Amino acid sequence: MSVLFAIVLLPLAGALLPRSLQFMGRHVVATAAALPVLAALLLLFLAAPAVIGEGALWQASLPWLPGAGLSLAFRLDGLAWLFALLILGIGLLVIVYGHYYLHKNDPGGRFFSLLLLFMAAMLGVVTADNLILLVVFWELTSISSFLLIGYWSEQSAARKGARMALTLTGAGGLALLAGVILIGQTVGSYDLGTVLASGDLIRADALYPLMLVLVLLGVFTKSAQFPFHFWLPHAMAAPTPVSAYLHSATMVKAGVFLLARFYPALAGTDLWFVLVSSAGLATLLVGAWMALFRHDLKGLLAYSTISHLGLITLLFGLNTPLAAVAAVFHIINHATFKASLFMAAGIVDHETGTRDIRQLGGLRRYMPYTAALASIAAMAMAGVPLLNGFLSKEMFFAEALDTPLYGSLNWFVPLLATLAGMLSVAYSVRFVHDVFFGIAPPALQAHQPHEPPRFMRVPVEILVVLCLAVGIVPALLVGPLLAASAAATLGAPLPEYSLAIWHGFNLPLAMSVVALVGGGLLYHFRMPLFTLQRRWPKPHAPDVFEHSIQQLIVAAAAFVRFVDNGALQRYMAWLLLPVALIMLAVIGSKPDWLGDHSMMPVDGLAILGTALAVVASLATVILRRQRLVALLLISIVGLIVSLTFLRLSAPDLALTQLSVEVVTVLLLMLAMYFLPTRGTIESSRWDISRDLFLSLSIGAGIGLLALFVMTHPGETISAFFIENSVPGGGGKNVVNVILVDFRGFDTLGEITVLAIAAAGIYALLENLGLCLPLYDPDGRRWAKERYPVVLQVISRAVLPIALLVAMYILVRGHNMPGGGFIAGLVTAVALVLQYVANGVHWVHARVPNNYHPLVAFGVALAAVTGLASLLVGYPFLTSTFGHLHWPVVGEFELASAMLFDLGVYITVVGATLLILAKLGKLSVVESGEGN
Amino acid sequence: MEIMVALMIAVMTGCGVYLILRLRTFPVVLGLTMLSYAVNIFLFAMGRLRADAPAVIGEAANYTDPLPQALVLTAIVIGFAMTAFLMALALRAWGEFGTDHVDGKTVEQDATDEERR
Repeated sequence: MSVLFAIVLLPLAGALLPRSLQFMGRHVVATAAALPVLAALLLLFLAAPAVIGEGALWQASLPWLPGAGLSLAFRLDGLAWLFALLILGIGLLVIVYGHYYLHKNDPGGRFFSLLLLFMAAMLGVVTADNLILLVVFWELTSISSFLLIGYWSEQSAARKGARMALTLTGAGGLALLAGVILIGQTVGSYDLGTVLASGDLIRADALYPLMLVLVLLGVFTKSAQFPFHFWLPHAMAAPTPVSAYLHSATMVKAGVFLLARFYPALAGTDLWFVLVSSAGLATLLVGAWMALFRHDLKGLLAYSTISHLGLITLLFGLNTPLAAVAAVFHIINHATFKASLFMAAGIVDHETGTRDIRQLGGLRRYMPYTAALASIAAMAMAGVPLLNGFLSKEMFFAEALDTPLYGSLNWFVPLLATLAGMLSVAYSVRFVHDVFFGIAPPALQAHQPHEPPRFMRVPVEILVVLCLAVGIVPALLVGPLLAASAAATLGAPLPEYSLAIWHGFNLPLAMSVVALVGGGLLYHFRMPLFTLQRRWPKPHAPDVFEHSIQQLIVAAAAFVRFVDNGALQRYMAWLLLPVALIMLAVIGSKPDWLGDHSMMPVDGLAILGTALAVVASLATVILRRQRLVALLLISIVGLIVSLTFLRLSAPDLALTQLSVEVVTVLLLMLAMYFLPTRGTIESSRWDISRDLFLSLSIGAGIGLLALFVMTHPGETISAFFIENSVPGGGGKNVVNVILVDFRGFDTLGEITVLAIAAAGIYALLENLGLCLPLYDPDGRRWAKERYPVVLQVISRAVLPIALLVAMYILVRGHNMPGGGFIAGLVTAVALVLQYVANGVHWVHARVPNNYHPLVAFGVALAAVTGLASLLVGYPFLTSTFGHLHWPVVGEFELASAMLFDLGVYITVVGATLLILAKLGKLSVVESGEGN
Repeated sequence: MEIMVALMIAVMTGCGVYLILRLRTFPVVLGLTMLSYAVNIFLFAMGRLRADAPAVIGEAANYTDPLPQALVLTAIVIGFAMTAFLMALALRAWGEFGTDHVDGKTVEQDATDEERR
């Protein structure tokens, strides 16, 4: 069945050719576009004997995302074959026509590439055997048609039309996707065959109305059904070959194709009847009425297309097999006559430079041949006997007479059908008479239009001959095709029908006659109608559309301004609100807060510490405007935190917290010096109550959660670490072994973050000019004596001792509380003290002051240590250790993880100093005095 | 003891949240610092509380859970880097915009508000 893949893939692969061959000239491009289509068409005809002759079903499938029920599955039955024929056949004609239509300066490569892409997408829609795949191709048709409508992107009308088409069909596509997923969920499979066989299951489902409406939204937007019809006339900003192809023969037919495809699965209910037939009927009339008053040739054809699509939809909506057959038949006929009419309109535009009916006339004298072709095609559109349009229209009238379901209102369906037929005749006459007959306006006479190039006419000729041939010998030409495609549509035995031209004198014939005569009269007496029409308000669809889009944007912008008003409080409140709500839910669930896990006894020291922390925290909040006091208070909190760690068997944490506390306070003091003190603003009362709500609920919730966990026993994986610390990691301090060995990768990531943060801070503070305050917040002048002698002396004495302690902490870290992080912080504190006591210049004269390489070296050392284990065939960061006997010192253990810890140490020292020195330097640079 | 620790966590969290909702940079930095304390103790407390049982092999009869400790240790250092970053951001904003307010209003808006009052 690779033939099936080839039919879709040939245009898809061929889409690459025209654009890439553009430099070789227009003829090569057009040929390159035509060849894959021709090949695919030949393959399609190879499949004809089986699919059309024997009614076989060809299927081919490749798994794509089997878990999601998505496979590259294709099927070729009668219906798919018919549409593939329309797509490829008319596509080929459009390529020939387009080659002559396009101006030399138009980029032909892009045009044909997009056209082929669209063709492939369309083929995918009609041959897809998987619902999701169908939607994928459906979306692809929307996107490629957007690009084709906007082909002349320099024109504002083209851009607007394209945007409107994309918005509507895209939204419809989303609805379709939702509908298809619902169907797939109900049926349990996205396989089209299974879905089509499960019609009863779908129709019985409670969600059937929703599925139907969603699918119909996709159908109605794509096929420009009322009230979504307005995008189609504005899509006429596209080059005429695109209009002829997409907006008469193929894309707008995708919607009705879907009606046909899902007919066995979704049709047959009253809801289907009401929704589909009323949308179709409304579209039929609105389109026909609007078409009569268009002055733009393509606009007239566009509204006529809308009207005919409405007719097809109405037929599908009638819920009878015969109506479905008529619908399929009309799809064929409409595609042939409408495509040829679009091409004729394009020829007129091409040769005269205008498509405005009011500026045209009498063209029969200049292009008699085109005039004849257009007249025949227009007669087919009007439903004149001996042409294909007559046959399907006759079938339509017969079905309209046979409507069973509107009850006592049944009579109005045939009435409205006849009225639509009259309008259709009237606008067809207008199309032919106003353009080709009468007297040419003077401007046109001066222009002297002539017949188009020979081959620009050939596609029109072929289509017009088909209109005639089908009209005269229908059974011979389309009998088998119609039978096969209608059978595939119904998924059931075909009803009795006759394709004869003459059925005797009957009511449908009478309706046809009334429509023809009435239409002629309508055209004759059109002037009063035109006057009437002019009085009606005519909303300009793009304006209305753009206006509503603009309003949407304004509303969205207002919403964004509400959520994102640039205030930190607003963001934080939005982030914290869900947290607060979750916390309230947690509190509301009232579990057993105090579990039976054995609790630690409380002593007086603990109570004192807790009370201190609580008071200091609250005082920080209250006294936050007295910054120095607030800073002292928060450092009390930090101190209690480190004491808590110490008390609760976490000496490493206590050491870390203590040294971090020192650098944090230094940092905040430096910042405090620079930040302005004046300019206090008050939160509004509402803001304060919001903040109180958030902080109280989150604080209470987190506290209760912690209490709950602490008082309930839990599983832990730490037994592994404790057991393997000495035999596996060679260290007794399990926390440190976890850091540098078991979870070394984490630590590597962590010091990398530290390095990045330091680099970021450096970048933020680089070239920052801050005014140095001369006075403190209370208005006192800052002391001129910047470096007190006592501090200088003590700090210089402390430095070697502090460094020694840091080394000791680093080395012992594997076995005793300590390690790279703590040692690094202690070293940093010792060095920062030198900055504080002696000034930046003094320190930088003695210590290398470029900390960037240090940070990089630290991270690199840790990483290289990890990589070394790769060299000897172990996973990244595997550690090894051994024991050395040092004279005097005695037994000494050496682990590779210690080298890693050294990397951590260097990174921490470098990053901390990089940050603080940069901040400290701000004052030196600005004041320009220094030490 | 558990109740004491939970109380500390609750108060620190609440104070931290309240502070980061203030209108100027300095209290926001204080709030973040406070919130870091709370988060660190919270994470640490997930290993349950134990006295005199440091996770150093041979030092005690049984050991407390070392894993949260290892996590919190790096969290403390990263928390410092984060506070420093925020501080640098606040200083840069002060240098660039001439205000330490984080209420989304420009200096000009502030001035007009001032006049209105």
